[in-house]
Amino acid sequence: MRRIGIIVNPIAGMGGKVGLKGTDGSAILAKAKEMGAEQESSKRAVKTLERIVSLKDEIELITYPTEMGENAARQCGFVPKVIGTIIEGKTTGDDTQQASRDLCKHKIDLLLFAGGDGTARDIYTAIGDELVVLGTPTGVKMHSAVFASNPMRAGDLALLYLQGKVKAVKEVEVMDIDEEAFRAGAVSAKLYGYLKIPFERRHVRGMKAGSSTNEKYAQEAIAQEIIENMEEDCFYIIGPGTTTRSIMKKLKLDYTLLGVDLIYNKKLIEKDLNEKKLIKHIMENKAKLIITPIGGQGFLFGRGNQQLSPDVIKGVGIDNIIVIATSQKINSLNGQPFLVDSGDRELDYSLVGHVIVTTGYRENVVYRVDS
Amino acid sequence: MNKRTKVRNFHQAKWDEPVIFELSNKGERGILFPEIEREIEEIVGDGISKLPENMIRKQPPNLPELSQMQVLKHYLRLSQQTLGADLNVDIGQGTCTMKYSPKINEEFAKSPKVTELHPSQDEKTVQGILEIIYKLDLFLREISGLDKFTFQPGGGSQAIFAMASIIHAFHESNGDSEKRDEIISTMFSHPSDAAAPTVKGYKVINIYPNKDGLPDVEALKKAVSNRTAGLLITNPEDTGIFNPKIKEFTQIVHDAGGICGYDQANANGILGITRAKEADFDLCFFNLHKTFSSPHGCGGPATGALGVTKELIKFLPVPLVEYDNEKFYFNYDVPKSIGKVRAFYGVVPAILKAYSWIMSLGSKGLKEVSQIAVLNNNYLLKKVLEIRGASAPYARGRHRIEQVRYSWNKLYEETGVTTEDITCRMVDFGFHMWSSHHPFIVPQPFTLEPTESYSKAELDEYIAGLKKVVEEAYDNPGIVKNAPHRSVIHKLKTDILDDPDKWAITWRAYLKKNKK
Repeated sequence: MRRIGIIVNPIAGMGGKVGLKGTDGSAILAKAKEMGAEQESSKRAVKTLERIVSLKDEIELITYPTEMGENAARQCGFVPKVIGTIIEGKTTGDDTQQASRDLCKHKIDLLLFAGGDGTARDIYTAIGDELVVLGTPTGVKMHSAVFASNPMRAGDLALLYLQGKVKAVKEVEVMDIDEEAFRAGAVSAKLYGYLKIPFERRHVRGMKAGSSTNEKYAQEAIAQEIIENMEEDCFYIIGPGTTTRSIMKKLKLDYTLLGVDLIYNKKLIEKDLNEKKLIKHIMENKAKLIITPIGGQGFLFGRGNQQLSPDVIKGVGIDNIIVIATSQKINSLNGQPFLVDSGDRELDYSLVGHVIVTTGYRENVVYRVDS
Repeated sequence: MNKRTKVRNFHQAKWDEPVIFELSNKGERGILFPEIEREIEEIVGDGISKLPENMIRKQPPNLPELSQMQVLKHYLRLSQQTLGADLNVDIGQGTCTMKYSPKINEEFAKSPKVTELHPSQDEKTVQGILEIIYKLDLFLREISGLDKFTFQPGGGSQAIFAMASIIHAFHESNGDSEKRDEIISTMFSHPSDAAAPTVKGYKVINIYPNKDGLPDVEALKKAVSNRTAGLLITNPEDTGIFNPKIKEFTQIVHDAGGICGYDQANANGILGITRAKEADFDLCFFNLHKTFSSPHGCGGPATGALGVTKELIKFLPVPLVEYDNEKFYFNYDVPKSIGKVRAFYGVVPAILKAYSWIMSLGSKGLKEVSQIAVLNNNYLLKKVLEIRGASAPYARGRHRIEQVRYSWNKLYEETGVTTEDITCRMVDFGFHMWSSHHPFIVPQPFTLEPTESYSKAELDEYIAGLKKVVEEAYDNPGIVKNAPHRSVIHKLKTDILDDPDKWAITWRAYLKKNKK
């Protein structure tokens, strides 16, 4: 029997409706409650679970008590196995982390969670990418790419995965921004790591379009294209992400997934460089910068790759920025443009317009960039 | 059929018919030939030994061995398991331009005057068919405004490949072909406009649509450079939206030193209304099996009729069919020809049928074809938008040309029923909706193209089918999600198509890959 784990972060999203930019931390939560915020998360989790309730006799549902999943599950007609203990009305990120660890021990096939970036981050912190997960979006901040576009879609995809109709998984970004800084008006999103989510081909393709390649092959094709066109005696700054990682893998170089690495003549110079080190290397040298949009909202700069500061970007030169992304990633933006928020307004404006993106071997697209 | 709802109580035949190779019985024959009489053998020999050694097979071909009746039944059964344009209201295959192929034209093509022709016959003995080929060239020159056509390409993608070859030859003749290694296309152009030049060795830059669903002039400006070899573009695009700035597009590419090819495979909404010439295209092609009514033929044999401006005639594949005021003849004297893209002169039956179709309509008739196709499409658009859960992304409130790419996204959000589910349920009512809407930018897409062939009653029947399925999606989604219930097979397993170790396009490859 397949097992599904449920974690509902009951307080996720409470800050949203009352205009607070998140609910990380107990003081802000108290304030949100004071302002009349209601628990939305559980309601949205119900919408997800309704989509998989047809499987209720075929799967085992394991969850945490009351507001952390049990209530939502029972409301949909599941008879869940309830583990762990919480203090109702006073749950924190620690409870999410503990629940993740406990569910991991129960060898579940899929962890469905309802929450926001903070919740995703807690899960990643607790168990890394040990489980296949999927997020029902209920938070205020949603920079991570682990969420389905709405609760129903999360349920639909979970159903396909549990039925074995969707078998593939893909790695997507876990990101979170510093809420305090955000409230003060500054956005500083960090890339924390990658979680595995079920990978659904968007549609069955007809023969006319040929068979679709999966994300991994698409990334390899991009890497091949980039490597074939690499110039000699030129520094290549490799930004974070799984798409850029494919270049390092193909070159058989050591790399950091979350950091920025530097190569020269297809050899690794240094990995995980900060802004200062990058500037030192590229100063008065020919350099190119290879980046991929990070997170679910398509940021090229300013989310998850802050090492690539305005000075680094200017040092490399706008014409030497190479953007790579799989078609799947671009299409998942549903027509929304790439975004830049480098921290330098003028630089952002000069990046706005259109950019050529390498999407495969000898395949490029022109895509819109906005700030 | 209930006249009020207009949805049929349909049920497809299901024969569970094996692949013909599986029906093979060793030694079974369709025809038993009589032994050769001695007198004949004495005159002509045994019929084999005179063949050149290298032409004689060492092993007979591994063909299925069946008797006549079994072959007949096999194919009749298969034919009952299809839903072609002659059976269903075939408007669910947008971009394919499914229209009526007049049966009288089949009679012409079946005539021994055509079937007994051999492509190696002396041109003096085939003046009639050469005249038809030449005159069809003249017709297409008039329709496109370009200066010369070849019918050699066996379909649209091959015509695009030939266009890419001509673009390459053009730059080569200018000593520029190595530098100019990029072809520009758009996301809503036919996917072959990107795929075929890739096969030719070009890099492709595809332009994403803007909010109106059209490729942006600014995006094109970003894409062009001194590496631009050319533009390959569809218009109207697969959304059915006509790009009003098309002349600006060709201008920008020309200014950058590239040349422009127009994919008019489907020109069904613009015959007699717009032409390639006036939009400054250098090349274009028409699929005779789309706009010009020759049947699609299940992927061939077909014709992608390729036309060029006079400056590019010298690059066309050989031979060209010409007329010197006395006779029609093959012209092999094309100085910079790209050579051949296919044997001989084109698929003669397809050429003949397209010629007959045009002759039966005349120029006014052709224009009327487009007007009716556009009218049908906009009637359908209005009706589809009245259906709960359906939408037509982009160009809101504006008319479309000959087809529309719609979306079931709202329906999906509200019910979990996908476009694929609807496709599967529509066959239960005898309707074909296909599943290829590359590049899948529109979520839960479906593409309808009613052409000029379908009556209002038929369009209403199709709409009634869609409405019925949508009602079910909201009331009892299980019926739709588990469809089809009355078709030949249940669900297609498509994951095998992604696995190069499994998929096979021949029986031999199937046996090899599946170790049988």
